[in-house]
Amino acid sequence: MSEKRKILLIGYGNPARADDGLGPALAEEIESKNISDVTVEADYQLTIEDSAQVAEYDVVVFADASVNCSEPFSFEPLTAREGESFSSHSVEPAEVMALAENLFKSKAKGFILAIRGYEFDRFGEGLSKKAKVNLQKALDFIESLFVKGDCLCRTANM
Amino acid sequence: MSNSKRIIIEPVTRVEGHGKVSILLDENNKVTQARFHVVEFRGFERFIQGRPYWEIPVLVQRLCGICPVSHHLAAAKAMDKIVGVDKLTPTAEKLRRLMHYGQMFQSHALHFFHLCSPDLLFGFDADPKIRNVIGVAIKYPELAVQGVMMRKYGQEIIKATAGKKIHGTGAIPGGINKNLSIAERDVFLKDIKQMLDWARGALNIAKDYTVKNLDMLKPFASFDSNHLSLVRSDGAMDLYHGNLRAITADGKKIFDQVDYSNYSDYIAEEVKSWSYMKFPFIKSLGPQNGWYRVGPLAGINTCDFIDTPEAEKARKDFMALTSNKPNNITMAYHWARMIELLHSAEKINELLHDKDLQGTDLVVKGKRRNEGVGLIEAPRGTLFHHYKINDNDQIISANLIVSTTNNNEPFNRAVQKVAADYIDGVPKITEGLLNRIEVAIRAYDPCLSCATHALGKMPLIVTLYDYQGNEIDSKTKQ
Repeated sequence: MSEKRKILLIGYGNPARADDGLGPALAEEIESKNISDVTVEADYQLTIEDSAQVAEYDVVVFADASVNCSEPFSFEPLTAREGESFSSHSVEPAEVMALAENLFKSKAKGFILAIRGYEFDRFGEGLSKKAKVNLQKALDFIESLFVKGDCLCRTANM
Repeated sequence: MSNSKRIIIEPVTRVEGHGKVSILLDENNKVTQARFHVVEFRGFERFIQGRPYWEIPVLVQRLCGICPVSHHLAAAKAMDKIVGVDKLTPTAEKLRRLMHYGQMFQSHALHFFHLCSPDLLFGFDADPKIRNVIGVAIKYPELAVQGVMMRKYGQEIIKATAGKKIHGTGAIPGGINKNLSIAERDVFLKDIKQMLDWARGALNIAKDYTVKNLDMLKPFASFDSNHLSLVRSDGAMDLYHGNLRAITADGKKIFDQVDYSNYSDYIAEEVKSWSYMKFPFIKSLGPQNGWYRVGPLAGINTCDFIDTPEAEKARKDFMALTSNKPNNITMAYHWARMIELLHSAEKINELLHDKDLQGTDLVVKGKRRNEGVGLIEAPRGTLFHHYKINDNDQIISANLIVSTTNNNEPFNRAVQKVAADYIDGVPKITEGLLNRIEVAIRAYDPCLSCATHALGKMPLIVTLYDYQGNEIDSKTKQ
């Protein structure tokens, strides 16, 4: 299985809230690398219309800061979740996937790249020192996965 | 206080960011006080001090992931004043208006289809497992697709006019940095009829729901209040620019056509020890009686007319419900919001046919000033930005009264009303009570914007305390 798939990376979070900006920071780095077949989006949060875009791709990676994932990051397959919503105007990645499936017949495989952050409760641009280290490790990992698209395909087919 | 119990609901779901509700009961388990606590954007006004003024329209967008454009434009309007510009070129003003109507359109569509429609379509007591946007997607897929595509359309307008979805740079002090190309315009023209049609449909759902359930909705979370909004000099609704008008619950004018640069002569803010969010009030009436509502309900109540034909017809229908007196029914916010949605679609259509959007005269220059105020009718209501700068072009003070802050007292009133009506002798947070409190708060579409949204940060915790502060019940939803 070596076929390359169309990949969408969505990095989200608020860059003005310290480590909450890990998702957009990763998106910015990946975008600058111009990797073929990879589309990059950055936003403050996920909303319902992201489901329409997700449906246009084979593989979708949601990159977000996490307050409690294992260090330096975790990368997990994502299952569409239909059910109770506790979010606000925003929606969770699993709900975006569920909307994409229900409304747009999406077959996209989803993943969450959760990058461990530490400082969330202050206004201020810039990541904490430890978050920067985690970002670099997450970046190396996901870039390698994107460049070797077949790896992501195998992961997606697991 | 000594013989009271405290119920805390934290945070409220399906509103932006974090909030918690506390309800104080007396020894007979009757509600004596209800408070909606908000973790507001404390620190932001300080955060921007020292920054050069031209950065502010971009920087303030980080206040809110849902309505960054409102902050972008309110700050840009304040910076127009700083650079000594009182009138923009027609191209600049119309492009900013297009951006703003795109924002109103997407935000109102998002609220209606994502947050409000589950309550309206399934009922307040429906199983929470289906009473959400996924439930709507499964049972009413066509409606859900409309919501998604309307939101997307508005977002694309923002992208075309602001430059990008995140950290847009379109509005700059004194004007705008790009026009709309013919190719960009044609993309939006292609779909505008569909958007208008869907907006009409959404308006009909909200109207029919309100009329059909009027007996139930009239008392629900409702109370008389003052109303405040911007209106045009001829009294028309104007969501982008105008003067301040405030009216009483029965429609008497408190003040009218006030230049918003002088807002601090008319509006003051009270600080309360238990909330980070201030409580604005009309000075002449004092804090007890001077609080007011903003947002779509207030906007429809305060204006004399709407200058687009379909929204004006809808306004007349709306006002007929209360014999042309101000409508004080909290749940009527949804109907009013859909009138603004249709108005925004009509305005987008009007602007897309205006050749000024392709003009090249984008920026005006003037004589620099040290203070600027910018107001706009954001999706959630009147938004105030006020800045002072020093001779080095740095911000030395900022005062922001966001729409949600303007509605602070009404939130508390709404929660108190619901709690008093639905807690009767049993000190327990039932699913019915919880959702009714959420329904009441959701009517205002509050945006508690400062909270972070990292994974693992958004549980729903419901805690019940007795009058001595002991926890007697707690529920958490992940």
